[in-house]
Amino acid sequence: MFDRDKWQEIFSTIRKNKTRTILTGFSVATGIFMLIFLLGAGRGLRNGMTSVFAQDATNSMQIFGGRTTKAYKGTPEGKRIQMVNDDFLNLKKSIQKIDAISAMSYIPGAETISYKNNFGNFNVSPVHDTYKEIKNFDIIKGRFLNQKDLDEHRKVVAIQDEVKKVLFPKETALNKYININNIKFKVIGVFHQSSFDDNSREIYIPITVAQKIFNNNDHIRRISFTLNDVSVEESQKIERQITYKMADRHNFSKEDKNALWIQNNIENSQTFAGLFSAIEMFVWIIGIFTIVLGVIGVFNIMMIVVRERTKEIGIRKAIGASPGSVVGLILMEAIFITAASGYIGLIAGVGLLEAINQFDIIEKVYAPAAIYFLDPQVDLGIAIGATIVLVITGALAGFFPARKAAAIRPIEALRDE
Amino acid sequence: MIRLQNIHKSYITGTNKLHVLKGIDLHIKEGELVSIMGSSGSGKSTLLNILGLLDNHDEGVYVLNNEEIKSMSETKAAKLRNNLLGFVFQSFNLISFKNAMENVALPLYYQKVSRKKRNSLAIEYLDKMGLKEWAHHMPNELSGGQKQRVAIARAMITQPKIILADEPTGALDSATSIEVMDLLREINQSGITVIIVTHENDIAHMTDRIINLKDGVIESIVENNKINHTESVKIPLQE
Repeated sequence: MFDRDKWQEIFSTIRKNKTRTILTGFSVATGIFMLIFLLGAGRGLRNGMTSVFAQDATNSMQIFGGRTTKAYKGTPEGKRIQMVNDDFLNLKKSIQKIDAISAMSYIPGAETISYKNNFGNFNVSPVHDTYKEIKNFDIIKGRFLNQKDLDEHRKVVAIQDEVKKVLFPKETALNKYININNIKFKVIGVFHQSSFDDNSREIYIPITVAQKIFNNNDHIRRISFTLNDVSVEESQKIERQITYKMADRHNFSKEDKNALWIQNNIENSQTFAGLFSAIEMFVWIIGIFTIVLGVIGVFNIMMIVVRERTKEIGIRKAIGASPGSVVGLILMEAIFITAASGYIGLIAGVGLLEAINQFDIIEKVYAPAAIYFLDPQVDLGIAIGATIVLVITGALAGFFPARKAAAIRPIEALRDE
Repeated sequence: MIRLQNIHKSYITGTNKLHVLKGIDLHIKEGELVSIMGSSGSGKSTLLNILGLLDNHDEGVYVLNNEEIKSMSETKAAKLRNNLLGFVFQSFNLISFKNAMENVALPLYYQKVSRKKRNSLAIEYLDKMGLKEWAHHMPNELSGGQKQRVAIARAMITQPKIILADEPTGALDSATSIEVMDLLREINQSGITVIIVTHENDIAHMTDRIINLKDGVIESIVENNKINHTESVKIPLQE
């Protein structure tokens, strides 16, 4: 196998027959390249989608008050369901599998926030300290709200990094005071949050403070919570449980789908998981067809190569080449070309994926799509496996015609013009 | 060196069976220069192919170098061809993507001679043919006579016992033909058996013995230089 002289003979043949070498190599290299690129892109898409949708913990649920669409016990339809602090406390107590739960209220008209001469419009959300376990924040500086902030009604605020850039372009934000509706709040933390919406600029303050100084009531706009280790079925059961409980408390029909909006991320994430599997399968099907086409290409070219070399084989046999050495020569050439070009395709595919990743090429081509495409990578095992498959088929593609050529009598091969 | 007894060979093409050799008896001694003559279709090329182990016979006995040739494996035949025989063809049959030196050296590759050694031997043989300067030229850069001399060098490099030449001058002009024939005679004089297939009378008459083939049988044997006068057509196998 590693006979130096044999390899020299093979290399000299390859060197002097560049066209057919390039043709064979090209079909192999493109096959592998396409497979690697597709698999990597599919993975990138999956990673991107996952990271976008993972901004809400995938085991979370959210409840919003709605409007009734059915008359119930004397109340006409169209009643607004306004959730209050008691609803929050009740759910917190009554649902066993709850991990973290937080309510969110809102401040009417509190959109302009300022620090010294810097100001901007931001979304101010009053929440509980547990909200950070429901949203997946990265705390960059300081901390998020804590229990003490809520209990003691501290006027503190956690701001998004985008907000910090506007209000504190040149200084640190921590322990500075910003104005919300002319009331000063102390900055205790800066966080980062990934989102579909590039324009998200969030500010969080303790809900107890907001209800006391801005709203003067116990209204809640939404309740978010995470559940520990529940199946989709269980989450749907909890959904029903909440609807019944709230229907009792707020006097609406249990069958009324619009009185309460419940967003079940457990169910949604399962839907997404299904979507991703479908994408992955689609990519695989394309990839397999690409490989099959590559194999057919190699097979075709090897048939032609052997046909073209029939006379050469006849000459070699006339001057003393055994059938085995003829098969070996053609086979090793085929294996060498497919392996080398498969490797080139592999490198090119991985290189392109790396380039897209390193230089944010998608960002530059079409920015809105960029967040859906993250960290495109290909499983090295799959890549090498595909290359090996191509090499083996290349060898087989060469072997059968080569054996046939080696079996014909030299005189017939020599007559071949 | 070569002994044939009642050799038959047929080709089957579709439904037709073409009986090409119909019982050939022949004895060629070591060191002879023999020509096989005949019009096209007489079976002369088929006979040469059988002699050269490029094709197998259907019936009869073929003894080459004291070894009976019958249904041997391709690998064994290849080894015998490599050690014992050298071929010269009408259409030269050089490998087009190898230069003159590499073409000449190729038989030694199959004898596992090192690259350096076989290339230097190839140059030596090309030098004998007066083609040393052309060693690194590709076959398509050579004239017909030069190509044939390269082919002869390739046939000679393994120091075979027999040279088989199939219409070696068929593609050459008459002056070059005579050069090539002189070369073959020279080779013969060094003790190598040379068998030439030709349809040209003047070429045949440059050999010691002419075997005339017609319709698959030996029609007559002409001894040019009255050598082997006593050799008859039929020779008993047990000698």
